[in-house]
Amino acid sequence: MTPFTSLTSIAAPLLRDNIDTDTIIPSREMRSTGKTGLAAGLFAPWRYLDADARVPDPDFVLNRPEYAKARILLGGANFGCGSSREHAVWALSEWGIGAIIAESFAPIFETNCVRNGLLPVRLPRPAVDMLAGRIVTVDLAAQTVDEHRFDIGAEAKEMMLQGLDAIDLTLQHAAAIAAWHARDRVNRPYVYLESGA
Amino acid sequence: MDHIVDTRPGRGDGTLMPGGAGFITETRAAARAAGITLFDVNDPEQGITHVVSPELGIVLPGCTLIAPDSHSCTQGAFGALAWGIGSSEAEHAMATGTLRVPRPKTMRVCFTGRCASGVTAKDMILALLAAHGAGGGAGHAVEFAGDAVLALDMEGRMTLCNMATEFAAMTGLIAPDSVTLDYLRGRRYAPDPLPDWSGLRTDPDARFDREIVIDATVIEPMVSWGTSPGQTIGVSGRIPADADPRALGYIGLAPGQPIAGVPVDAAFIGSCTNARLSDLRRAAALLKGRRKAPHVHALVVPGSSAVKRAAEAEGLDRIFLDAGFEWRESGCSLCFYAGGEAFAAGSRVISSTNRNFEGRQGPGIRTHIASPELVAASAVAGRIADPRALA
Repeated sequence: MTPFTSLTSIAAPLLRDNIDTDTIIPSREMRSTGKTGLAAGLFAPWRYLDADARVPDPDFVLNRPEYAKARILLGGANFGCGSSREHAVWALSEWGIGAIIAESFAPIFETNCVRNGLLPVRLPRPAVDMLAGRIVTVDLAAQTVDEHRFDIGAEAKEMMLQGLDAIDLTLQHAAAIAAWHARDRVNRPYVYLESGA
Repeated sequence: MDHIVDTRPGRGDGTLMPGGAGFITETRAAARAAGITLFDVNDPEQGITHVVSPELGIVLPGCTLIAPDSHSCTQGAFGALAWGIGSSEAEHAMATGTLRVPRPKTMRVCFTGRCASGVTAKDMILALLAAHGAGGGAGHAVEFAGDAVLALDMEGRMTLCNMATEFAAMTGLIAPDSVTLDYLRGRRYAPDPLPDWSGLRTDPDARFDREIVIDATVIEPMVSWGTSPGQTIGVSGRIPADADPRALGYIGLAPGQPIAGVPVDAAFIGSCTNARLSDLRRAAALLKGRRKAPHVHALVVPGSSAVKRAAEAEGLDRIFLDAGFEWRESGCSLCFYAGGEAFAAGSRVISSTNRNFEGRQGPGIRTHIASPELVAASAVAGRIADPRALA
């Protein structure tokens, strides 16, 4: 995973609450089993006047010329709610978004962001509103967005700063995990279904 | 196999979903290569994962259960720690047998008293969402408790926990009791005899980070008016005067308007929320001897192939067909374009599903979520209707 240290970009305001992953990338835009080819379907219901013909809606924030290269997206509360589809994060990343600053995030979406190196930043709504249309700098090590300080879990921060892969990190504890599973297998044999059962 | 499969009668691997058949054959080959048991398209146990796993006794109290689907919290109804994850987390779980999870805050939602007749688990969870919003559970794992919860059968408890994700909670769970054990006993993957799970309950002196109490006695059949599950009111209610204009613009309703009487174009009974046998029984009881309004496109999609067989053994399929409903094979179906199907553009749908997002059921579709009973009553009336009037 590419490390995230800091990012400076114009902040594109999409200041709505409860932006769901069906809107970020509708099922019908997920046309392959891979992680790519999704950017064209990003926000398809809002971005296009006619999604099938790909007729852009000039009023949608990411279609406005000043935000064409925005790498920071602003959102309201409960951003990324709904379906667990990681395609939502892949689509945002592929389009070019590197950080989302929102009042709050839905839990599955937030984890998906961290696992893919897209930084989820939580700030109070008035602070998010103030960033709209500004060139802002997100500094992960300092945990700041310009003059605003934000909280992030210590592990998520470390993983993003260093671009660590979660699986590699966990497999450093492979012996402890195996020992736990061996003990648990004795205590709860019924949890461990055999292959082909 | 649930999201991708066709639910039209006589289905095979073919699906209207672009690339769907390829996805099915790739999944089948990968499962075989890895030695993973697959409940395939035409397996007798095929169905929606959150329906099939409990039916087979795969979920058990005290288990940690994850799946790359947000409604995995359904299975918290068994006193398991069950939640939805993304693909990367699924890969992590398969590669390491673990997940790295920050400890959630704790919340107890207590439904005191008993629900009135005709009020269901779906109405309970919608009442919670209406009162506390779609972000109300953020950062928390939620225990559902109280007399109204204990009074639910396992299928009702699953409906309740299913929509914990709509509350932005990590999961919802219910302490296992005799209802849980009676449900699990004898199921294919459940241990025999069942172990002692009586310790899996909250200590009497436990402190939660947050407690919510809801009076179950005053809950009425609920129905959503907007584009978030929290935008929900009782069926006798009116759209709030301060309703979000954007949601109203999409849904095509006005502040102060009664929700009952709003005309519907389609009625859908299905999904991991409300397509188990008891759901179909209650809807069929209202539909027996009645017929849907002529203009309404109505369909029933059982939550699993086992539910479908059991319903057919009781003659429920006949009741639905006689009432003018389609009777489908099991799958996620029109809850969200699963299998590549959507309602006609711009339709207004009364739906026993869990999400009323813009475009969830197809471009421009206006979804109202409610119990299967309310869907059945509305299909008959051709407009949003209180099911208690039919009972």
